[in-house]
Amino acid sequence: MPQKLNLNRVEMPRQDPHIRGKNFKEVALGYSAEQAKEEADRCIQCPKKPCVSGCPVNVDIPDFIEAMRKGDMAAAVRILKSKNALPGVCGRVCPQESQCELECSLGKRKAPVAIGRLERYVADWERQNKAVMPPAPPLAPPTGKKVAVVGTGPAGLTVAADMAKLGHSVTMFEALHVAGGVLMYGIPEFRLPKEVVQGEVDYVKSLGVELVLDAVIGKIDTVDELLANGYDAVFLGTGAGLPMFLGVPGEDLCGIYSANEFLTRTNLMKAYLFPQYDTPLGMGSRVAVIGGGNVAMDSARCALRLGAKEVYIVYRRSKAELPARHEEVENAMEEGIIFKFLTNPTRFLGGGRGWVTGMECQEMELGEPDASGRRRPIPKKGSEFLMKVDTVVVSLGTSPNPLIAATTDGLKTTNHGTVVADEKTGKTVKDRVWAGGDIVTGAATVISAMGAGKRAAADMHKFLTDGQK
Amino acid sequence: MVDNLGERIPLTIADWDAKEGSVTVVFNEVGRTTHKLASVKAGDSILSFTGPLGLPAHVEKFGTVVCVVAGYSTATCLPIVKALKSAGNRVVVIVRAPTKDMLFGDEPLRSAADQVVISTGDGSFECVGFVLEPLKEVMQKEKVDRVFTAGPVCMMKLVANTTKPSKIPTIASLNPIMVDGTGMCGCCRVSIGGETKFACVDGPEFNAHLVDWASLMARRCTYSIDTHSPVRYQCLNCAQW
Repeated sequence: MPQKLNLNRVEMPRQDPHIRGKNFKEVALGYSAEQAKEEADRCIQCPKKPCVSGCPVNVDIPDFIEAMRKGDMAAAVRILKSKNALPGVCGRVCPQESQCELECSLGKRKAPVAIGRLERYVADWERQNKAVMPPAPPLAPPTGKKVAVVGTGPAGLTVAADMAKLGHSVTMFEALHVAGGVLMYGIPEFRLPKEVVQGEVDYVKSLGVELVLDAVIGKIDTVDELLANGYDAVFLGTGAGLPMFLGVPGEDLCGIYSANEFLTRTNLMKAYLFPQYDTPLGMGSRVAVIGGGNVAMDSARCALRLGAKEVYIVYRRSKAELPARHEEVENAMEEGIIFKFLTNPTRFLGGGRGWVTGMECQEMELGEPDASGRRRPIPKKGSEFLMKVDTVVVSLGTSPNPLIAATTDGLKTTNHGTVVADEKTGKTVKDRVWAGGDIVTGAATVISAMGAGKRAAADMHKFLTDGQK
Repeated sequence: MVDNLGERIPLTIADWDAKEGSVTVVFNEVGRTTHKLASVKAGDSILSFTGPLGLPAHVEKFGTVVCVVAGYSTATCLPIVKALKSAGNRVVVIVRAPTKDMLFGDEPLRSAADQVVISTGDGSFECVGFVLEPLKEVMQKEKVDRVFTAGPVCMMKLVANTTKPSKIPTIASLNPIMVDGTGMCGCCRVSIGGETKFACVDGPEFNAHLVDWASLMARRCTYSIDTHSPVRYQCLNCAQW
């Protein structure tokens, strides 16, 4: 045990803001072996393990940190992966500050253990040391049951991995040409390298999971057809892919993108490497991103890296209400993104060839809290002003793609388009069908989707092994 | 998507053979991706092919249906013509084809439709007005219950303007730029009677009289200037600019 506890966490090296604003390489560089050891030594192995209950998939956090401290990296990997199939992803994009690290006993005195950074270190160590890893624990004997997983984002990958480990035969269906869902098309390379995501997908496949790409369920086969064609259970993890727009005049002008389109072109289709890659992205030099979530931060930071001269975040509330992670806001500010708070666009103006040239905005002030608990923005009369912009990214959030609900009989949905499923089990009202992740909750986090996937997998397993009616 | 550096583009299904497991697509070589696709040889494979997407064509017994098509839509309208015919409609097809190649062989169309009018014009591909005279002639001669149009946006717009005064229900098969094709990105959004629709999932067929054509034309041209592309398509007579 360390003689004297260091109350400050070991900082993780990051790329210099002036340099990283011009490249798509990862911003946070990860711990060195020494730094990881030093941070792991800060864990006091308290008996109550509050961090574990703070984790939506209940990773045995003190145990993997203890294995790291003893220098047994292979054991750390095994402990971590027994609960979490995607540690390389979670170590990077989980909001640890509001989950495991929030509960850490050290947090009551000063800085909690940097659990996310340690998780990332373990995952990266495994990717670089495949050769020395002992063989994975054997899968359960085959149950003869077939499971279809629709969507290969964080929820689907989690269900697929858990069900395969339990001995079920799993097929994942993905609409796009690569698996990973939002991890591939949404979150940018500089925050989550696609090599890491591909590594996690490959791991799930290595458990015997079959992956069918380019398969849009609801079109090529309906959920009912899957059930009729030999699948004993179906998990719906198709996420929240339908972008919301402002609904103000001029929104169909060229140069106005949904964040989904802007990020899909950039990340999935690699428009930042155009013309080596074929997908272009028409972007000017003054970019406004509307919204204040993580996706808005990602869009703004992509625009900067794509060569925009000025990038604005336009948000109708104030800094305190920004829904994005604090760390991402800090990163964006460091890189030179300009924040315009209490500002809301009212219409877009176009020029020649139908391209956006400007945005009329209104100043806002904050009133009483609304249903979301955040203070409601109210327009200030006569405060209209014009912002000169030539590219706009609308990042107001997403709702579930209606395709599955529209083509599946007996599925219950809310007025928000989300599928109704039991919170504890993920079971929908339809026989043999479970759902989890953003399709149930609306746009949320990677780890909450994984947690839902875990709970659904447990319930599906129970149903398939002893609950057959 | 042709290869792992490729781009996702929407194509219309022109024919299929379930027994053989094949789907036929027809396209014009107008940019980098269609150029790549045209370079694929028999026996080669492409990286990704997804579908069918969007909603199926609306087919029922309407009476007399006039289909006004041009370009690759001359080939892709064939399944719709066949379906309209077998639903008991009288089907007249007006084809704008400046060259014989652009007909994709007129025999299948002739055997599927009751009447085929081929408008060859003067050979200048851009001038789409040549379909309007034959359309007006048919409208004068007989009662037209429905018009279906697919092809260049400017042609569809002119067809819509031609049928609007006599309130003939007119359906246009829209072809905006798409990325994922599953309703995720909103790139293909079109304004239909002031309402935003996604052509990839809500379309491709829309009421032609309600389409905001100017916006569709502008959005279609977002990437028309690609200086890196080995082939480039230019709408020489486009009235828009």
